Amino acid sequence: MMSFFRTLRRHPSGLLGFLGIIFFLLMVLVGPYVIPLDTKVKVDRIYSPPSLQHPLGTDHQGRDILSQIVHGGADLLYVAFLASLLSTMIAVVLGALSALIGGRVDSLLTGIVDVILTIPQFPLLAVLAGFVQLDSSTGIAILLALLSWPHLMRPIRSQVLSLKERDYVEAAIGLDLGTRHIIFAEILPNMASYIIIHFILAMTGSMYAQIGLVFLGLVPFSSSNWATMIQLAWVRGSIFFADSVYYILAPIAAISLFQLSLVSFSRALDEIVNPRLRAGDA
Amino acid sequence: MTALLRLENVTKRFPVGRREITAVDSVSLEIHEGEILCMVGESGCGKTTTGKIISGLLRPTSGTVLYRGQDIWQMDRTAFSRFRKDVQVIHQDPYASLNPVRTVYKTLSAPLFRHRLVKNRKEATQKIIELLEIVGLTPPEDFIHKYPHQLSGGQRQRVSVARALTVNPRLIVADEATSMVDVSIRISLLNMLLRLRNELNVTFVFVTHDLSLAKYFAWDGRIAVMYVGRIVELSPTPQLIQQPRHPYTQALLSAIPEADPKLTRSKQRFQLRSHEIPSLLNLPPGCAFHPRCPWHQPGLCDQLRPQDELLQDGRQVACHVVSQQDREAAG
Repeated sequence: MMSFFRTLRRHPSGLLGFLGIIFFLLMVLVGPYVIPLDTKVKVDRIYSPPSLQHPLGTDHQGRDILSQIVHGGADLLYVAFLASLLSTMIAVVLGALSALIGGRVDSLLTGIVDVILTIPQFPLLAVLAGFVQLDSSTGIAILLALLSWPHLMRPIRSQVLSLKERDYVEAAIGLDLGTRHIIFAEILPNMASYIIIHFILAMTGSMYAQIGLVFLGLVPFSSSNWATMIQLAWVRGSIFFADSVYYILAPIAAISLFQLSLVSFSRALDEIVNPRLRAGDA
Repeated sequence: MTALLRLENVTKRFPVGRREITAVDSVSLEIHEGEILCMVGESGCGKTTTGKIISGLLRPTSGTVLYRGQDIWQMDRTAFSRFRKDVQVIHQDPYASLNPVRTVYKTLSAPLFRHRLVKNRKEATQKIIELLEIVGLTPPEDFIHKYPHQLSGGQRQRVSVARALTVNPRLIVADEATSMVDVSIRISLLNMLLRLRNELNVTFVFVTHDLSLAKYFAWDGRIAVMYVGRIVELSPTPQLIQQPRHPYTQALLSAIPEADPKLTRSKQRFQLRSHEIPSLLNLPPGCAFHPRCPWHQPGLCDQLRPQDELLQDGRQVACHVVSQQDREAAG
């Protein structure tokens, strides 16, 4: 844990990313208890610019934008986190199995992966979202995970294929350390940084995918979240209206800042997880 | 002496595309308890594959591997596990044989815990310190929490040896264990291995391409010379070095440079007919060495495969010409 912060200190961008992630987590988890969601329509304050009372201005019905931003992240973050967690887990398990068992299992799994990878992801997602009843965020997360795991499964499979031929794995077989030890203690830790970084980048991917779905109106997301805000701004035509710039910019800024935090944090992670790159503890 | 491990007509084939190559071709071999057996030969002659078959990491295509008289591939789970622990491998490349994300402590403690050789972390630490001292990594406290990348090649190789020693092996297969460390470190590594053999009575199979290393390491042991998958000569080291019988052994020996450059230049080179090693995909018929052999007899060597034959002096050679000479000398 100490070396985690020591390494972060030498990575200003990674530290900023880490702080950004903490900030967003606090905002969506604690924020709603501090700032209540403003649902009251105030006709006299439609599209008012930022003020002390409304730090980010108001929307087309005169409601506070800041409160919508605070309340509108939890859903998206939850789906992004769950989707990439599931997809990473599926990819690691199937990729490792495929490489370790080989033979027919391997051909079958890589065949399935190839098929999924050749279909354009977003249109498929859009079509599926139309067919499947998606009224819960968990459902959307599962759907996103089912479509995104092949991207990671391929590289995991090839890494395991290469790692399982290493001399230290052979030594572990010779020492009769058992299959479980070989997979979890010898092979997987060597891919840890890769897996974690992919996990974070997968979050950005599933974030954009669900925003796209909401924006197209294919997923009936509840009340206010960042994606619905953009969609509403679009539907109400506020993107053509100069006064409404805050309403459209606020969710976009929130999304971009969160994604930026994830990406810059992931860049510092490689050094944190990989002992060969970790300096100062020699 | 009883055989600790015996190979009987062991053959290993690998598929190469649609074809097959025979990496090891009906090799028979006995390894006695406490001895040092060196396997020498050019790259690709099958010495590493033989080493892996001996250690049970590769299953031969045909033939049997007997450990203390039991076929290792017919053993039940417990007996095989016992065999696995008794026979350990030290790999060639110290940069690949240690897991880069595991410290020395983790690498050495895993087999200790797995096989219940220690009860807790304290005992494990104590045992590991002992092992590090045995392999000459002193003071052990300086090494126990290091990652492989913080150690030099020679130090890593010592950690590999310590890892092999965790399970109290009876037989260690050292596959080119010293060829990737600096020459200056090599001799101290070899001496350390020799000390292990004397103190712990561990049997060694030492695989190397370097005949002078074999000579140093196995002076009171035996050397098996391999050529494209077969053992061509097997005899006690002093005899093999002083009076090689098989033409291939003679060629190998005459190719060793001497420390004195004048001596090296004046040395009588054993003239081969060709310097090309035949491709394993296209082995010559008869004796695989005949296209290079200066003694080859047309009609015999290129037709008939020589068998492993015991000569009068108890040495084993696979060569028509040598056998003939031997029979003539005996009258």
